[in-house]
Parts: sequence; C-alpha cells; structure tokens
Amino acid sequence: MAVLSAKELAVGYENQAVLENINFEINAGDYFCIVGENGSGKTTLMKTILGLQQAVSGSIEFGDGLMKNEIGYLPQQSVAQKDFPASVFEIVLSGCQNSLGKKFFYSKEQKKLALSNIKKMGIEKLKNRCYRELSGGQQQRVLLARALCATKKAILLDEPVAGLDPTVTEEMYELIKQLNDDGMTIIMISHDIANVSKYATRIYDVNEGRVTC
Amino acid sequence: MLDTLIEYMSFPFVRYALIVGVLIALCSSLLGVTLVLKRYSFIGDGLSHVAFGALAIATILNFTNRMIIVLPITIVFAILLLRKGQNTKIKGDAAIAMLSVGALAFGYMMMNLFPSSANVSGDVCTTLFGSMSILMLTKTDVWVCGILAIVVTILFIFLYNRIFAVTFDEDFANAVGTKVNLYNLLIATVIAVIIVLAMNLVGSLLISALVIFPALSAMSILKNFKSVTIFSAVSSMICALIGIIISILAGTPVGSTIVAADVVLFAICYLIGRIRG
Ligand SMILES: Nc1ncnc2c1ncn2[C@@H]1O[C@H](COP(=O)(O)OP(=O)(O)OP(=O)(O)O)[C@@H](O)[C@H]1O
Ligand SMILES: [Mg+2]
Repeated sequence: MAVLSAKELAVGYENQAVLENINFEINAGDYFCIVGENGSGKTTLMKTILGLQQAVSGSIEFGDGLMKNEIGYLPQQSVAQKDFPASVFEIVLSGCQNSLGKKFFYSKEQKKLALSNIKKMGIEKLKNRCYRELSGGQQQRVLLARALCATKKAILLDEPVAGLDPTVTEEMYELIKQLNDDGMTIIMISHDIANVSKYATRIYDVNEGRVTC
Repeated sequence: MLDTLIEYMSFPFVRYALIVGVLIALCSSLLGVTLVLKRYSFIGDGLSHVAFGALAIATILNFTNRMIIVLPITIVFAILLLRKGQNTKIKGDAAIAMLSVGALAFGYMMMNLFPSSANVSGDVCTTLFGSMSILMLTKTDVWVCGILAIVVTILFIFLYNRIFAVTFDEDFANAVGTKVNLYNLLIATVIAVIIVLAMNLVGSLLISALVIFPALSAMSILKNFKSVTIFSAVSSMICALIGIIISILAGTPVGSTIVAADVVLFAICYLIGRIRG
C-alpha cells in the first residue's frame, strides 16, 4: 500500500494552478525523485504535500501508517536564516519538535537522538558551532540531521545538492542512499538527471506527468 | 553620590520606578530576539504608534482607565500586522510603516482637534517620549507590571523550544505539525501588551529601542540562541537599572537615559564582536 498518493492533484497559488494532473503513488522504501526544470512547480508541489499551502484541486493521501507530521523536510535554502544565531545542536534538536507532544522541554532521549543524527551526518565536530558560520555543504548536513530527527519513515528533500561542489554532492547522495538502504522512504526534488537516474528507484517528471522506473 | 542614591531609595516611588523599569526591560528583551530575527523589528515602532493613537482616543473620550481602550486596539492591530506579514501582496514592512505613520498622524490630529488640556504639545511630548509618569507609579501599577513580567517570563521559558522552532524556520515547524499561527498570534498579543505597558516607561517612540537594542547587542557577540536570549534579557535589565539611577542622580529624562545606556552597551558589544572577528 502507498504511503503517499496524489490523485488528480493540481498545485499553485491563489487558485492559479502551476502544475496540474499530478498522479503518483509512493511506496514505503521508495527512492522517489521529482524532476523538472526551474519554475516548473516542484517546490510548490512539495509545499502542498507538506500542507504548507492548499492544493488547488485534487487530493493527497497518506497511508500505510504514515502521518503528515511524520515527514522530515529539507527545504531549499532560505535567506532568512543566514544571520541567525543558533548552534548546530540547537537546530538539529528542533527537529524533535513534533515528538514533543504536550511536553515543553526536550527529553534525554530526544537529545540523544539529535546527537546520533549529528554523528550520522558526520558533523560531530561542528556540534557547538554557529550555523551561520558554516559552509553551504555543512549547513545542508545540519538541516538533513534536523529532518532525520523529525521522522523515522519518510523524508522530503528539496534540491539537497544545489550549490554543492562535485565531491560534496557525491557525499550527500551517498548519505541519502544510506538512509534509503536503512529503510527510509526518500522523496527528492532535483534537476540533476544524471545522479537521479543512478540512485532513484522511481522518477516522476512533472512535465510529462508520469512515473518512470 | 551614594548617599543621594540611598536617600532617594527611601522614597517608595523611586523603588517602584526601578522595579517596573527593570521588569519591562526584561519582557521586551525576551521577545526582542524573536522579533528581530523574524524581521519584525519595526512592529514595536508600529504598535507603539497605534497605542499612541488609541491613547489619544481614550483621552478625548475621557476614560478614567485608558488601558481599557488602548490594550484591545493595540492587540487587534498586532494580530493584523502579523497577518499582513504573511500576505505576499502587501509587504510586511510597508504595512507596518503605513500603520505607524498613519496612527501617529491620527493621534496627533485628534489631540489637536479635541485638546483635553491647555498644553497639547506638552501632552504629545509626554506620550511620545515618556514622562515623569514612571516616577508617579502607584502600588497597583507595580503589581500589574510584576504579574505581567511573571506571566511573560513563564510563558517564554515553557514555550522556549517552540518559539525557537517557529523563529528559526516557520515552514519546517509547520510541516512537522507545530501550530505556527497559534504561536505567532501569541507572540503578537504578548508584544502588544508589553508595548502598551512600556509606554509609561519610555514613551512610544523609544519602545523600539527597548525591543531591538538588547537583541542586537547579544547577537553581535554570541552565537547560539540560548545565550543570546539570556544575555539580552540580563543586559536589558542592567541597562534599565543603570539608566534609571543615572536619570535620578543627573535629573535626565528616564526613557532617553535608559535607551542611551542600551546604545552604549550595543556599541561596546559591536566593537568586541568586530575585534574578535
Ligand atoms: N509565492 C508565490 N506566488 C505566486 N507564484 C509563485 C510563488 N512562488 C512561486 N511561484 C511561481 O510558481 C511557479 C513554480 O515555482 P516553484 O518554486 O514551485 O518552481 P521549482 O520547480 O521549485 O523551481 P526551481 O527548480 O527553480 O526550484 C513559478 O512559475 C513561480 O513563478
Ligand atoms: Mg524549487
């Protein structure tokens, strides 16, 4: 059964669709890539999946035990965070916010989880560093570690390798592959067709509107 | 000098002023960090002018307790402004500027059209720059301020993790199911209440300084959220304390002296930040 399915979905702004007739199903354990050129509506689609904006029409359904707030999310970099005074640990820990429930403070277990995700991303040395002083690649790892704190099941990545050099890009893909091998469902936006076809189990092209394997 | 100070301390009104001043400095600096980082620095300015306009209305209508009018109006506008901030058509900063200038003009016009006392410009000056009113506080004022400060501080401590999440990355918080709008609403309401109360202390023009300076001082030398928050709260209280004491000893206006202390601290922090690179 699909963890996530889009049926006759149209996404856009203020009832103006930028992308229509979206149909796909994502199964648990998939490495699902969404490709398309700049401005084709990939980020818009992703925000709609996450419930950050309303679908113009159609529906998105979650299934197979996946809840909407159990998806980790790696956003396309935003400028608003550039001068934010926050340590790497504080940011990664904030990924645990959805498991806070009615509690106010993070538990020991949650702090451990944050720490283990920091290790998993290989940024242990940066734990107490200020986020704004890190390189783009390091920042991506921090945000990925945060996303991992929010989920055990599925993770949504919006162009995780944008602006990274070839070596770091390769490392990033390996990290993501590792997560997928451990059973995490990966939903990734990219226009890096070469790498996508190497790693993805299924590819959705927003222009053609269909899934290839 | 110490003798003069001790002598002044024996007056209840001086003690009240110190307590209230420090508490308001605490409250405004706690939220200041969030507001500056959320690019709402000017919300303090905008809201204080709204409060000024509301105060003019309350004065004209001759309300004995003017807060009954000022507080609700300011809260409503705080919420509206935050809504506007999310609207892509009218930019948040433009909306704040519009409201700020509009409310100021409206308030001043009202005060001129319906002067409640012979000295209009004196009244206006008092509302804008703060007055000696901090030296005329009653025991009730002190209690109200104390309770507010306790509520704000407790709220802040308990919601600290969520405030951090919402401030750092609204989209992420939303995506993982944090009630971002609720917390934004709460922040707006609390800041409106603080501003209305702080008007007694420093006047509406200088409230922004109380919100912005401690946060910026802390941000120029410290690098994680927790220490920035703690430093700005502590330094803001110390500046308020020093400012009030100096104003008593030197006979300078209370509000401007506090802000001057904040400016000096900012300059020092900025230099330290620069030197350390
Ligand atoms: N806030 C907005 N309001 C109205 N239209 C928008 C808004 N944001 C984006 N758009 C439009 O929606 C379309 C899709 O944008 P989107 O950001 O989803 O593209 P994308 O596929 O993610 O592109 P990229 O590869 O550059 O990230 C674009 O034509 C863009 O102009
Ligand atoms: Mg995009």
